[in-house]
Amino acid sequence: MAVQFSEEKLNKVKEIIARYPDGKQKSALIPVLHLAQESFGGWLSADTMDYVAGLLSIEPIEVYEVATFYSMFNLQPVGKYLFEVCQTGPCMLRGSDDIIHYIKEKLGIKIGETTPDGLFTLKTVECLGACGYAPMMQLGKFYKEHLTKEKVDQIIAECRAQANN
Amino acid sequence: MGRKLLLDKAHIEGIRYYDVYRKNGGYAAAEKALKSMSPDQVTEEVKKSGMRGRGGAGFPTGLKWSFLAKPEGVPRYLVCNADESEPGTFKDRYLMEFLPHLLIEGLLISSFALGANTTYIYIRGEYAWIPDILEEAIAEAHKNGWLGKNIQGSGFDLNIYVQRGAGAYICGEETALIESLEGKRGTPRIKPPFPAVKGLYQCPTVVNNVETLAAIVPIINIGGDEYAKIGIGKSAGTKLISACGNLNKPGVYEIEMNISVEEFIYSDEYCGGIPNGKRLKACIPGGSSVPIVPANLLLTTAKGEKRMMTYESLNDGGFATGTMMGSGGFIVLDEDQCVVRHTLSLARFYHHESCGQCSPCREGTGWMEKVLKNIEHGKGKMSDIDLLWDIQRKIEGNTICPLGDAAAWPVAAAIRHFRDEFEWHVLHPEEAQRRNFGLAHYADPLPVAAAV
Repeated sequence: MAVQFSEEKLNKVKEIIARYPDGKQKSALIPVLHLAQESFGGWLSADTMDYVAGLLSIEPIEVYEVATFYSMFNLQPVGKYLFEVCQTGPCMLRGSDDIIHYIKEKLGIKIGETTPDGLFTLKTVECLGACGYAPMMQLGKFYKEHLTKEKVDQIIAECRAQANN
Repeated sequence: MGRKLLLDKAHIEGIRYYDVYRKNGGYAAAEKALKSMSPDQVTEEVKKSGMRGRGGAGFPTGLKWSFLAKPEGVPRYLVCNADESEPGTFKDRYLMEFLPHLLIEGLLISSFALGANTTYIYIRGEYAWIPDILEEAIAEAHKNGWLGKNIQGSGFDLNIYVQRGAGAYICGEETALIESLEGKRGTPRIKPPFPAVKGLYQCPTVVNNVETLAAIVPIINIGGDEYAKIGIGKSAGTKLISACGNLNKPGVYEIEMNISVEEFIYSDEYCGGIPNGKRLKACIPGGSSVPIVPANLLLTTAKGEKRMMTYESLNDGGFATGTMMGSGGFIVLDEDQCVVRHTLSLARFYHHESCGQCSPCREGTGWMEKVLKNIEHGKGKMSDIDLLWDIQRKIEGNTICPLGDAAAWPVAAAIRHFRDEFEWHVLHPEEAQRRNFGLAHYADPLPVAAAV
């Protein structure tokens, strides 16, 4: 299937491009890549990146350069629920290593892997700016903070329930 | 209770929304600036306030503004740096989530002073829900005549746009941020030219931190002279401190820069001490890049004076015995924490975040992580400690941007103050896997020199 934004999303792209001076539409690249990642399965395939290059009238290499630089862009498929657990100093002081270990055991996967049912991917990330509410992880658009083993259980159960609906 | 200028209204229900913000004195400073002041008068007030940039470097904001080039017919830009990524720092997030209109009002006054008609808020991509809050507030401001064309009949036009990053610590560096805003990889530019001359789209640009821009509002409200009276000496005004690590009450606090470090950690008004009756081992008071200091050098300076929460006092003793205010990311380690493990975690962070442009940083951060990993996991040699010291010395000062220094300093300070803990790891590799070095002597009174 060819990569193609909906009419609504194309209007959003136009709106984003209009934020910048004429001829500076390349500035829209990161916002449009976010939109593309959300719209096309949570990751950026080469086809998706080429499509974005066409939309912004830039070379595909300019898109690859950017997509490979920023850690939020996934260049491989990920599970429906991506657990991005912070492991930097302040979170480590509050037990993030234990939380990461617990999630690994609970889901039976290593860091960077996806569960066989395609539901969960576990990733470790560096400081997300929630140090006072550690340990924490990013799940989609939002943060899950003050993590405990019980809270992790609950989050996993909620994701499973949501996926079954 | 200390005086609050930024968070004084944060507790008011609905302050996120325009009507409540306006009813509680919001946009009064913008009104004052647009109707009764010239752009230069606004800059003059900011200069008088003595406020120093709140992002980490602490450069006086008014002075930075005065460097902005103003060639005829060339647009100027203000960019708000909301790429808050320094480990330990989460204060800008608080301002944006709870007081979006305070930031927008600050942006309006600042853009007016600088003559910028387009302003971008560059926010880290992970704060994915905050652009919605900001964009809602921007829409409200448009509706009520505080953004758009001819604002409040002043003839001044302004549009504010929110731009999300996508996960890169380096984009907090102002030239990397500009590159990213132009849709490129976040690799810092060589300075000069400085952004004030050639910044966004090669036009004159000022990049300021969120807290800095929000603080413009109280400066205009109470006047620069009055603002300068708060705090001690060149540490003028109030500062947001995001406290984390082993504390009873981690969180974001607004302090007048006239309280002691001890009061900040132990008083109930602020962090409320350390949980479970544990003792303080060490602290990084200004975000992960500033030097870590042991308890005995944190609470008092090497001269035996009480250490205060000011730029000067935290820096007292230089890097030999002092540290820095930095971004105000205040990280506390209790007696159970391992300095080697903690330093490894920070070294991994900087290795991950190095943009790869300069070889000393790209290669050096990787080697520091590897060597520290060996020491932490019982495979270290005594010579590794000197090797680490050597690597960090070769990064510091040899890179285009300050990320190199930021990566070198935590390792240098850890070895400077905790060398015996590193040696213990090397000498007792098996024991070091089972237990931590503990508090050791790091909280003991400093030895008094016998001869001077």
